[in-house]
Amino acid sequence: MNEVWTIAEQSGGALKAVSFELLARGRQLADKLGVKLASVVLADSISDEALRELIERGADEVLCVEHPALAGFVCETFAKALVALARERTPQVVLAAATSSGRTLMPHIAVTLHAGLTADCTELDIEEGTGLLLQTRPAIGGNIMATIKTPDHKPQMSTVRPKASRPLDRDACRTGSIERIALDPAFVERRVEVLGLERDVEGFENLEEAQVVVAGGRGLKKAENFKLVRELADALGGAVGASREAVDRGWTSYPHQVGLSGKTISPRLYVCAGVSGAIQHLAGIKTAETIVSINSDPEAGIHKLADFAVVGDLFEILPRLTKRIAERRAGVAEGACK
Amino acid sequence: MEILVAIKQVPDTDKVRMDPVTGTMVREGVDTIVNPLDLYAIELAIRLKEQHGGKVTAFTMGPPAADKALKEAIAMGCDAGVLVTDRAFSGSDTWATSYALSRAVAKMGRYDLILAGERATDGDTGQVGPCLAAWLDIPVLTYVGSLESADGGSIVARRLVEEGYQRVRAKMPCLLTVVKEVANPRLPTLRGKKFARQTALAVYGAGDLDADPACLGLKGSPTKVSKIFYPKVTRGGAMVKALDEAGTENAVDELVAFLEARDLIARDVIAREEIAGEGAQR
Ligand SMILES: Cc1cc2nc3c(=O)[nH]c(=O)nc-3n(C[C@H](O)[C@H](O)[C@H](O)COP(=O)(O)OP(=O)(O)OC[C@H]3O[C@@H](n4cnc5c(N)ncnc54)[C@H](O)[C@@H]3O)c2cc1C
Ligand SMILES: Nc1ncnc2c1ncn2[C@@H]1O[C@H](COP(=O)(O)O)[C@@H](O)[C@H]1O
Repeated sequence: MNEVWTIAEQSGGALKAVSFELLARGRQLADKLGVKLASVVLADSISDEALRELIERGADEVLCVEHPALAGFVCETFAKALVALARERTPQVVLAAATSSGRTLMPHIAVTLHAGLTADCTELDIEEGTGLLLQTRPAIGGNIMATIKTPDHKPQMSTVRPKASRPLDRDACRTGSIERIALDPAFVERRVEVLGLERDVEGFENLEEAQVVVAGGRGLKKAENFKLVRELADALGGAVGASREAVDRGWTSYPHQVGLSGKTISPRLYVCAGVSGAIQHLAGIKTAETIVSINSDPEAGIHKLADFAVVGDLFEILPRLTKRIAERRAGVAEGACK
Repeated sequence: MEILVAIKQVPDTDKVRMDPVTGTMVREGVDTIVNPLDLYAIELAIRLKEQHGGKVTAFTMGPPAADKALKEAIAMGCDAGVLVTDRAFSGSDTWATSYALSRAVAKMGRYDLILAGERATDGDTGQVGPCLAAWLDIPVLTYVGSLESADGGSIVARRLVEEGYQRVRAKMPCLLTVVKEVANPRLPTLRGKKFARQTALAVYGAGDLDADPACLGLKGSPTKVSKIFYPKVTRGGAMVKALDEAGTENAVDELVAFLEARDLIARDVIAREEIAGEGAQR
């Protein structure tokens, strides 16, 4: 029977956490189908040791396509490499992360492979009897959920939000094969040239990969007060997010914006203060594991979605909370040294 | 520069309300608007025209009433509009939508640049842009936050990615999907509105396109919706009131205890969860 594939992501030879999250999803599907799980890596260069972790976290096989042209993401080159591999080995399911590259690459190859693709799946399962992939995703800003099938086309393809599942623990006893495949130089896209990656952009936050996000909204009243949010984020070891109102007022920059026209995130913990919880904001955080809201309005929509809602003045609450958490964490660190 | 802008008409999500009793969406009286994220693409197109000259054509596939979206794009400053409409297109998923759009683009003639929104607020997939580029076999740059240059036959763009910005040069013709950062959309002017009223739209039906009928609409769509349901809107979490000094102290105590119970505070817990490598670095 045909394999289940996950598309791993790496940067500079280090695999990203989302590669392992996808394996946890893929493992369940492959087990239900009774087929092998392969993880496909596209890289300029990556060590066996790094690839071995994919096996320890669930893969039966690693297929690694290598070429210097795969150093930075260029959709067309990545797509041609994957299409060729998929045509040769005909996987029945292909999962990728709903990241900036996964969300670009997967639609591109879906067209070429004449395959169905479902975006941002929150649940994946195998249908009893037919063995078809059941893909459940939010639509209309998370207000409805749709379960989608691709009955007549293979592979069945999905993107899955980062952080929406936990990686499997590393199991050093697992065995599997690592196969290295050279990229056909004809696949290298000549019309596109990567000029560089700006990593140290002032105030930039990698919200998508943060475990904890602390966000502020219009309730913070002015730019200076936004530091209350940053301080709590620092205390929790998290990243800073914002509502559109806070971004539009210039209190922080667009890469911090969470929601429909900003980023969709699934951190383990999302704390927000002075955010009302408009549906466009909630659209970006529905899959967060734990949500804490701080808002003076007991009727604020955000409180309904929260796992823990505090009705009160953020100017009273945030500084105290930051202080208490910083103390706790200092205490834990001391304890750990003993 | 010849620029095409892909726009979609969507329900105004701002007005979408959930019925608290049934948990269903209240659709009555919901207006349709231009997908708000497409306004950034329209604005960028108009700015590029202002800088480099040329022509901007907005195009959409949708019901006949989607002409309103095209008129709005023209009122903002686009020069022309193409409405791709036919019953044969109904029920299209992103694969079939992008196929039909690609055949419409082929009919429109020469172009240097296609701009699209990052995603539409209704379907919310963000797939149509990259799919369209695949059909047309032109380079695609997604999540474009700004353009550094657009001349000499190529585009230099900054893509907003997880780690920062990727700077890329692509030969034209190419397709860009843009994020909010790229430009602040202007409002239609009175003159623009008047021009829009006077401008006749081109209308393409399925028969006008050099397209395989088997690839259109519901039957041409690989994905099938098998079930729709309404998720729980609330999580039914705890609520504490912090209305005075004592209440605030108590609320903070309870919140800290809650976070501790869920293992969300201790530094080593969070560090342990982070997997070594790029993804965990900030
Ligand atoms: C197409 C479209 C896309 C959009 N995309 C996004 C998006 O991506 N992200 C997004 O966030 N929004 C988005 N919006 C906007 C969204 O509809 C809301 O306008 C926005 O989320 C509101 O931001 P806010 O919660 O910060 O402000 P407000 O709604 O003004 O809420 C401020 C809150 O602060 C509370 N408050 C005030 N003072 C205090 C205090 N002292 N202590 C505690 N609480 C206090 C108030 O009770 C209030 O609830 C979008 C809208 C549209 C139409
Ligand atoms: N029916 C359509 N007609 C024209 N453009 C569309 C259509 N559907 C989607 N698009 C474009 O593709 C982008 C992404 O849409 P989606 O993949 O539906 O989230 C939108 O922002 C539009 O620019």
